[in-house]
Amino acid sequence: MKISKKDVDYVAALARLEFEQKEEEKLTEQLASILGYVDKIKEVDTSKIEPTSHGFLGENVWREDTVVKSSEQTIESIFKNAPAKDGMFFKVEKVMDIED
Amino acid sequence: MNAKYEAVIGLEVHSQIKTDTKVFCNCSTDFHSQPNTNICPVCTGQPGVLPVLNKKAVELLVRTGLALECRINKKSVFARKQYFYPDLPKNYQISQYDLPFAEHGKLNISVDGGVKTIGITRIHLEEDAGKLVHDIGMKKLDYSLADYNRTGIPLMEIVSEPDMRTPQDAAAYLTALKSLIEYLETSDCNMEEGKFRCDANVSIRPVGQKEFGTKAELKNMNTISGVEEALVYEIQRQIEVVENGGKIVQETRTWDPDEKVTKSMRSKENAHDYRYFPDPDLVPVILDDEFINGIKKNIPELPEIRKQRFISQYGLSEYDANVIISDKALADYYETALETASKQADNSGKQIANWITTELLGKLNSAKLTIKESPVKADNLGTLVALIIKGTISGKIAKMVFEDMFNDGKDPDTVIKEKGLVQISDEGAIVAICKEAVAESPKIVEEYKAGKERAIGAIVGLVMKKSKGKANPQMVNKILTDLLKQ
Amino acid sequence: MNEIIKMTATELAEKIKTKQLKSAEVVQAFIQRAKETDSKIKAYMEITEEYAMAQAKSSDEKIASGKETGALEGVPIAIKDNILIKNLRMTASSKILENYIAPYDATVIEKLKSSGAVFVGKTNLDEFAMGSSTENSAFFTTRNPWDTDRIPGGSSGGSASAVGAMTAPLALGTDTGGSIRQPASCCGIVGVKPTYGRVSRFGAVAFASSLDQIGPMSKTVEDSALLLNVIAGYDKKDSTSINKDVPDYVKNINKDLKGLKIGLPKEYFIDGLDADVKKSIDEAIKVYKNLGCEIVEISLPHTDYAIAVYYIICCSEASANLARYDGVRYGFRAQCDNLLDEYKKSRGQGFGPEVKRRIMLGTYALSAGYYDAYYGKAQKVRTLIKQDFEKAYEKVDIIMTPSAPTPAFKIGEKSADPLQMYLSDIFTISCNLAGVAGMSVPCGFSKDGIPVGMQLLSKHFDEETMFNAAYKYQQATDFHKQFPRI
Repeated sequence: MKISKKDVDYVAALARLEFEQKEEEKLTEQLASILGYVDKIKEVDTSKIEPTSHGFLGENVWREDTVVKSSEQTIESIFKNAPAKDGMFFKVEKVMDIED
Repeated sequence: MNAKYEAVIGLEVHSQIKTDTKVFCNCSTDFHSQPNTNICPVCTGQPGVLPVLNKKAVELLVRTGLALECRINKKSVFARKQYFYPDLPKNYQISQYDLPFAEHGKLNISVDGGVKTIGITRIHLEEDAGKLVHDIGMKKLDYSLADYNRTGIPLMEIVSEPDMRTPQDAAAYLTALKSLIEYLETSDCNMEEGKFRCDANVSIRPVGQKEFGTKAELKNMNTISGVEEALVYEIQRQIEVVENGGKIVQETRTWDPDEKVTKSMRSKENAHDYRYFPDPDLVPVILDDEFINGIKKNIPELPEIRKQRFISQYGLSEYDANVIISDKALADYYETALETASKQADNSGKQIANWITTELLGKLNSAKLTIKESPVKADNLGTLVALIIKGTISGKIAKMVFEDMFNDGKDPDTVIKEKGLVQISDEGAIVAICKEAVAESPKIVEEYKAGKERAIGAIVGLVMKKSKGKANPQMVNKILTDLLKQ
Repeated sequence: MNEIIKMTATELAEKIKTKQLKSAEVVQAFIQRAKETDSKIKAYMEITEEYAMAQAKSSDEKIASGKETGALEGVPIAIKDNILIKNLRMTASSKILENYIAPYDATVIEKLKSSGAVFVGKTNLDEFAMGSSTENSAFFTTRNPWDTDRIPGGSSGGSASAVGAMTAPLALGTDTGGSIRQPASCCGIVGVKPTYGRVSRFGAVAFASSLDQIGPMSKTVEDSALLLNVIAGYDKKDSTSINKDVPDYVKNINKDLKGLKIGLPKEYFIDGLDADVKKSIDEAIKVYKNLGCEIVEISLPHTDYAIAVYYIICCSEASANLARYDGVRYGFRAQCDNLLDEYKKSRGQGFGPEVKRRIMLGTYALSAGYYDAYYGKAQKVRTLIKQDFEKAYEKVDIIMTPSAPTPAFKIGEKSADPLQMYLSDIFTISCNLAGVAGMSVPCGFSKDGIPVGMQLLSKHFDEETMFNAAYKYQQATDFHKQFPRI
């Protein structure tokens, strides 16, 4: 099955992934090959079949509305991994109304 | 608005559900906390974490759905809405797509003296994103700061059918919706705190055309009047575009409340491919009749019903009833005052309403206080009105007492006692003062006896002055009239 | 060779509890072995010696003072480096998490800590558990202890090698499409994927949420049963974890197998199956016949579609699960002057090629217009695969297959074509789709002395039957008593 560069660029943009040109060419081939393979599921008649989301699934799993405060140590640990911070905030490159 | 075109408006409201904890973790939803203190590994999207649903969020959403006459779906499923943004830790929002909790409801609104029915397409549950700070004070930053306290707070997204035709419809819808939700106590609806947010979809079409025109999505309207203003502007803008031969572009526009215009937001090429799919970390929610009936039982009296009851039970006018039920806290205040008054005197309903609409609200507005902050407590207002009905003080004196009550927060009995304002209703005492006043006003007596009946007013005034306003006015009138007959 | 490292976890637990051995000396013995062999084997991302010795000390003190001890008190275990241990580095073998320090303990880690187990190290894996050979680790490739030119299998190759090389008696792995069973087969050890929902996923880096399970790896069946006793059970932090009592998996492990019906799915025993694998499996079938079992031919008709279904589902779920790795709150951040580049370069540089390939595939499958053809359709075929198993279990108690189509292949042999690598998962993948339990048990060696594994699959929550069948097999054979020469 063929997948165009335009498709690959579109998907890469959605996934926020950057590729070098050679990488992207190789990837396009590989994706085409894999997509070509997985297409075989089209052969299966599923007209009367419901989807299965999990091998085993419960229902109505929920919890009470009780506050549990994170320890200071946990919050510190979370901040420790931040590549950039400013006081009590996580710091990130300026957001320019990028809508998606 | 241009008579050639009509507008088609649909509104999407995001209302923060009033729970103590977030929708998928146990962090507090407190609004006033320091940045990034109500966070945990789950709501900051750390590797390996998983969401667990807050039952109360579901209950409050279902309550809202039932009050909006929605069908509550037996099976509801959560879905991932995928996009990248720094206020969204997982870079997907847990929301709902195919099977939301509630669908196909309606809300009646009063516009132009009539009633319109606005359809509710659906209500679904989703998690809120965090807050991004772009400036500190007046200084614009060249980076952004992220605060995740708000991330994960439960939201109900209430989507209306595109049934509104004017900005006034929209304002009326939002007012009615907000009031209803406040009554249900499922959300605080505090727009300044961002707990009740509205986006609008608006298009125009030539009158008589069945198809909808291309719509624009409007964002960043932070008050109900802002929504109305933005819609007025946008409808006019769209009409002008079309009249000049242009085409409406389907886009998102932001409302600028300072310049009072809508502006196109810079849109990405790949906008809106959210790649929804059911969230595999969560299980379906199956709601049976028992659950739904349990919620139904706990729905408090809704505004429309309460209003009718005020009219039939307490004899209020439609106007007064409207004013009083417009704010749940005010309606509660009224009934508390009434309860207190009823223990001391009969038929206080109308008078209390009157005091609220003509005296109390004005004073509260000037002092910029809400009814909850009123220095005059409900039971004290009730007592004051009861005292008038019993004849302990006159209406005029009551106004003076009320002044003091408002300024000092004192109860009426204390004020009356301190200032010795108890109405004089002792016949003997009044006769004495009246006799004095008559004696001092021979000329007026002559005029009265000559046929000028209104002249008695001056003597009444003198009696009131002598009694420092405390004489029972009805008794004074009667006694004077009798005296002058002689 | 130090005798200690040849002991099973069951033996070690007993000897430590009865003070015949000290945890400290046991842990030292294994760490010493790891230090000696790991330059060749490269099973470990990190040998956590200091951490382990502190835990060992604490266990010894507990035992000395007569306090209550856990089932694995003082026993060493290696942990796959996609499971979070608080305050220790967790990399998922990816550059994007190279310096990430876990802020919390996974639930299985909390349970292991309560049981007294000692963490000797974090083991290497295919990056984000995506792979079947551990060649996709961003840092280095682990070697098979039986032949260091060969793969250890994947994605839990590090854990399998660690146990295979006797640097730990126990290990934890994760299994999404065979990532515990296949490496266990490659390295001549036991590896178990529990029923979906049996073990909490909270604290394991998510790959495919509807398929992932954490599971035990060990030399003997009894050891894996002992370990599963500790880590299994309902976790309220994982909404997909199932609230079912955990039986004692060791208790009835020695039950007589007479009359047990073992199904051989014809789709797994095709012509062209590797001769060494066929021979070993045929021998194993004989062993089971001798134990009084009945061998029944069954069919799992949709086997041929399993790989296609698996890759669509796992890549789709993974594309969403890995969106959070963006350098904003943690992980590798490429220095850029705008947000968009920051996302693209951090992820583009931080993720390896296989991870990026799967994210692309998953994003494509979920993108606008493709949901029904891919994810939607795959979930329906998944139903058919699950039904295949349900029908089979009406006829048999347990299913037996080879674990892998060939013994461990040479490093680099399949890395050129990703699709070829995917096709080698054929025997293990259906198990995850159906959610049933599966385990690999060593059942022979190839002519080159490379281990061959047999797979047993039991129906949902029937691990006991699986352990029973595997245990009796091990009692009748001695493959698990062989040790590689390193």
